[in-house]
Amino acid sequence: MAEIVSLAEAVERAIHDGDAVAMEGFTHLIPFAAGHEVIRQRRRDLTLIRMTPDLIYDQLIGAGCVRKLIFSWGGNPGVGSLHRFRDAVEHAWPAALEIEEHSHAGMANRYVAGASGLPFAVLRGYNGTGLETRNGDHDSASTIKPITCPFTGETLTAVAAIRPDVAVIHAQRADRSGNVQFWGIAGVQKEAVLSSDRSVVTVEEIVERLDPRPQAVVLPSWTVSYVARVPGGAHPSYALGYSVRDNDYYLGWDSISRDRDAFTRWLDERVYEVPAGQP
Amino acid sequence: MTSQVSINPAEVGELAYTPDEMMTVAAARALRDGMTCFVGIGLPSAAANLARATHAPGLILIYESGTIGAKPDQLPLSIGDGILAETADAVVSVPEIFNYWLQPGRIDVGFLGAAQIDKFGNINTTVIGGDYGNPRVRLPGAGGAPEIAASCREVIVVVRQSSRSLVEQVDFITSVGYGSGPGDRERLGLTGSGPKKIITDLGVLEPDPVTLEFTVTGLYPGVSAAAAKERTGWDLAVTAAPAIIGAPTPAELDALRRFQGTPARSHQ
Repeated sequence: MAEIVSLAEAVERAIHDGDAVAMEGFTHLIPFAAGHEVIRQRRRDLTLIRMTPDLIYDQLIGAGCVRKLIFSWGGNPGVGSLHRFRDAVEHAWPAALEIEEHSHAGMANRYVAGASGLPFAVLRGYNGTGLETRNGDHDSASTIKPITCPFTGETLTAVAAIRPDVAVIHAQRADRSGNVQFWGIAGVQKEAVLSSDRSVVTVEEIVERLDPRPQAVVLPSWTVSYVARVPGGAHPSYALGYSVRDNDYYLGWDSISRDRDAFTRWLDERVYEVPAGQP
Repeated sequence: MTSQVSINPAEVGELAYTPDEMMTVAAARALRDGMTCFVGIGLPSAAANLARATHAPGLILIYESGTIGAKPDQLPLSIGDGILAETADAVVSVPEIFNYWLQPGRIDVGFLGAAQIDKFGNINTTVIGGDYGNPRVRLPGAGGAPEIAASCREVIVVVRQSSRSLVEQVDFITSVGYGSGPGDRERLGLTGSGPKKIITDLGVLEPDPVTLEFTVTGLYPGVSAAAAKERTGWDLAVTAAPAIIGAPTPAELDALRRFQGTPARSHQ
């Protein structure tokens, strides 16, 4: 059963130095407040997993929390580069960053395999790409390999399951028992939680009872470790029905993140000096 | 797109539109009404939405965020803006959009951007210069593009043309076009038929039917074949009589500027 705790306590108890952590949310419902709490608690040597690193991982990488990144698209959507990510890859600032790189289809299937309790997933993908040929070059193990279909003999692609230590997501609502409900663009969050050992879910509100909603994803309380109420916890991403995407923040991040000093000031003023859960 | 590209008066001359506007309009025209279109971020999204607002109201826009049949009335900044989910026929999970919708070859056209593209239509959005482990420029990476390029029935690429973006050989193959030439897609087991058009801010390139090397088949008004060759990193071939592509109509420009005049700062 999920425990309902503060954000600080959830991060303190669920996420430890050296963990593999998947903070998911595909443009929508990105758990920014939880990411900032991880920075504030100064976690180190994390392996961060996420299809679209987005600003949240740019911030964690720049803050020096990350040893390795597993991802499929590392840009600022519609704006340009993630400059902290680039600085880490291109100049090892603030530290070298190991990367394991996939396509979206590959990452999505790796989560499906993890959630399904399988060692790998099969797809048509990667054939002829550098992602396939360079996979494993800069990492301990290859996670993309050809596989022959036992029925047709066709060669397909196998991708290794993702099994994070911790999944972190943001959802619209939970009830007092810790059952979680989210809707709108649902991304890969259900798979991320079900493939992980532990999970932290921040929510816009905690309600007495979850009314059924069309197309909503429900994660029963017994699949979740910790629930924390953090209204606005997805900002500058959004929670459909509660907030809108703060596109100006995404546009403004470009200049903050380009400059190490501007970024360091941002980190002090907007993360370290701000109490947990306050956007 | 939120930023209007600066206008070079020497290039634009008397024309009442920018090269970027011409490119977006040409890209929009490549989409037919009723098609299903898997839309990449940036320039392709602007063009696909322009097509829906003009000659192709029945164009079905599919974004990798899982929004199928999105009908935004303003340009989304990201592929997951709320307006896409709110106006979609269906919203599915990310594993589902790739596995059930893209992979089986249900989608007519994949609409992609590129940082680099080579003469066989292979796309690089991963790294430029140096080596993979120590690149000079780290780009965002693959996203949905490799499987969009592999599995859509056909692919159209929109890219600003320069000798740095249209290159003899890409530094990294993120998404496969025709590999190293005829037969490679079949050999690799790619189910879609590959890139059919590269639409740039100078004109349109299409693969030579025999060699599959991209060749200029159309130019915008006032653009010379020499200019296209100069802004290409390989020895670019031009068909005998390249088409002169029509300038944007007032209706096309109006629709495009209406979109760009309302950059997607806030939604709902």
